[in-house]
Formats: sequence, C-alpha cells, structure tokens
Amino acid sequence: MSVGSSGTTDSWTLAVIVGLACVTVLTRCFFFILDRPWGLPDWAHRALHYAPVAALAAVIIPEIVMTQGHLISTWQDARLYGAAAGAAYYFRRRGVLGTMMAGMAVYLPLHVGLGW
Amino acid sequence: MFFLSSIRRLPEFRQGARDMSSVALGTGAWGLMTGVAMVKAGMSVFESIAMTLLVYAGSSQLAAIPLLIAGAPAWVILATGFCVNLRFVVFSLHLRPYLMHMPRWRRMTHGFLTADMSYAFFTRQYSQPPANAAEQRAQEAYLTGNYAVVWGSWMVMSLLGVLLANLIPQSWGLGFAGVLCLVAVVCSMATTRLRILAAFIAGATAVAAYALPLKLNIVAGIGVAVLLCFWLEKQFGLDPDAEDDR
Repeated sequence: MSVGSSGTTDSWTLAVIVGLACVTVLTRCFFFILDRPWGLPDWAHRALHYAPVAALAAVIIPEIVMTQGHLISTWQDARLYGAAAGAAYYFRRRGVLGTMMAGMAVYLPLHVGLGW
Repeated sequence: MFFLSSIRRLPEFRQGARDMSSVALGTGAWGLMTGVAMVKAGMSVFESIAMTLLVYAGSSQLAAIPLLIAGAPAWVILATGFCVNLRFVVFSLHLRPYLMHMPRWRRMTHGFLTADMSYAFFTRQYSQPPANAAEQRAQEAYLTGNYAVVWGSWMVMSLLGVLLANLIPQSWGLGFAGVLCLVAVVCSMATTRLRILAAFIAGATAVAAYALPLKLNIVAGIGVAVLLCFWLEKQFGLDPDAEDDR
C-alpha cells in the first residue's frame, strides 16, 4: 500500500470490483439462493471454523511486519506498536472504532513524530 | 429494502432503526477509514466509489486493496474475498428460515444488505423465524430498519472518506487505520484456541511465502492453517463445535 494517491481507473480493476460484489451477494445469500434445502459437505463445514480468521490474518500480518517484501529488521516501526495497542484495546473493551482509535493514538505520534 | 414504503410504514422499521443507531457511529468511522484507505492505497476516486457502492463489505474491501494494488490475479482477489466473507455463509444458513417465504429477488436483496451488525441485532431480537403473515411483515420491517441505518451511515461516511482522502498527506499513514479495523475483526473471530492458532499460522505462512508470485502467499496461508488445524483436531480429538461459542 505504498503507491501514491494519483490512481487511474482501469477496466481490469473495475471488473474485479464487480466480481467482489458478486462474492458479497453469493456469500451473504449462500443458503437461500436456491429454493430446495441443502447442506455443505462435512469438510467444508469444518473449514468454516478456520478459513475466515486465517484469510484475514494472512492479509494483515504481512501488512504489519513487512516492508517492500522483506520482514522488517528493526523494532523502530510504528505499525508494530499501533497493531499491538489496537489488539490490546480489543481484548479489554471490544469494538472496531475503539481499536482503530487506540491503535492510531499509538501509531501516529511514532510515525509522524519520530518517523518510525 | 428501505425504498418500499409498505415496509417503512410499519412500527418495527423505526424500532429496528432506533436499536441500530447505537452502533452507527462505529460503522460510520470504519466506513470513513475504508474510504480513505482505498484512495490512499492508489485506487482512483471512481474505482473507490464503485467499490463502496457495489461491494459493500468492509473487511473484504480492505483485504482486496493491497492485492489490487499489487496486481494480484483476479481469482486470488476473489478467492480471498470469498474466504474473508465465509462468516456470511454461516449467517445465511441461520437466516434461511426467516427469509424463505419471500420471492428470490426479495430475499437476496435483504441478504445482500444484511452485514454483521444487522445480522447480530436481528437474530438477537427474533430468536424464532416468523410463524404467521403478521410476524413475517414485522420481522422484515425490523431487519430493514436495522440495515437501513448501517447501510446509510456506511455509505455516507465511506464516500466522504473517498472525497476527503486527497486532502490528507500520504505521509501521515492514515491508511493504517484500515489495517487496524481488520485487527479488530481478526480479534473478534479468534474466539477459540484453534482459531487463534489458525490466525498465527496463516500470518506466519503468508510472511514466509511472501516471495510466491501472484500473491499466492495468502492462499498458502489459508490452506496451511486450515489443514494444520484439521490435523490438530484429529490428533487431540478436539471438537470444533464444542470449542465454538456460536
């Protein structure tokens, strides 16, 4: 996420966005699209326990601990402390808003102030 | 379907909207940061608006952004979005008896607009599916009131974030707020020991396999985590349903 803010529109990205919209409809309506009742095979049911949390963790953990494709080699990175503060807040108090604010309250001074 | 006045007229619509207003601020703030994150990551304003209006799923949007920017192949982005959205598949199984009395287009419109918070509030309010026509109408109106508030606050704040993002300097790193929102979502999902483990395995695998082409490290992370958890279940005779709090 390091590209500048002057993005241009391209049709491939728009096609992927339409595809993601279809994914939203498919997942939110999954079991009531068809009229007849049906279930999932057993292995898929079991995968539902782990796949969602695994998917999100696989996306965000590299965003927190990597820079330009390499594991960061310094502790002076504001993202580590911001994410830790956010997670700590979540397990105390719950809530997305509070997690974001707590994380940013730690991240911004370190990132903007110290340049970490 | 807040555009139907026949639904809006029922008292349950207003009750649903009122109950939901307590979380509208949090939803709006998350929407704002998602809007900022899309533009800050390098998506155009048009793409960001299209994504906001069409996709309407915060965590899958935030997960898709870095993949879109990295130029990952479409199937990896869609598969990641599908996995991130898998919780909705579970919700849809629960919602089926509540919605099956409606024609398909109507129940799918409700389904598309019912995100996490609306699902949670609706099923908390009505623990049983409707038994007669009056209950069917009342429950539909309550659900519609719920998601009208969520959808409204998400859309307004998200679009505001898209429009304001360019006024905020890149160097502030506000896009990180999007990652923090996902941190909260991951924490909310990590409710059992095996799920916590799945998160760490998936994250570690995704880092270790980062050099894989096509952002396949995400797919590898999911695959390794799920298979290892299956194996652990078997080795230690763990029952994921018994461990589950749902």
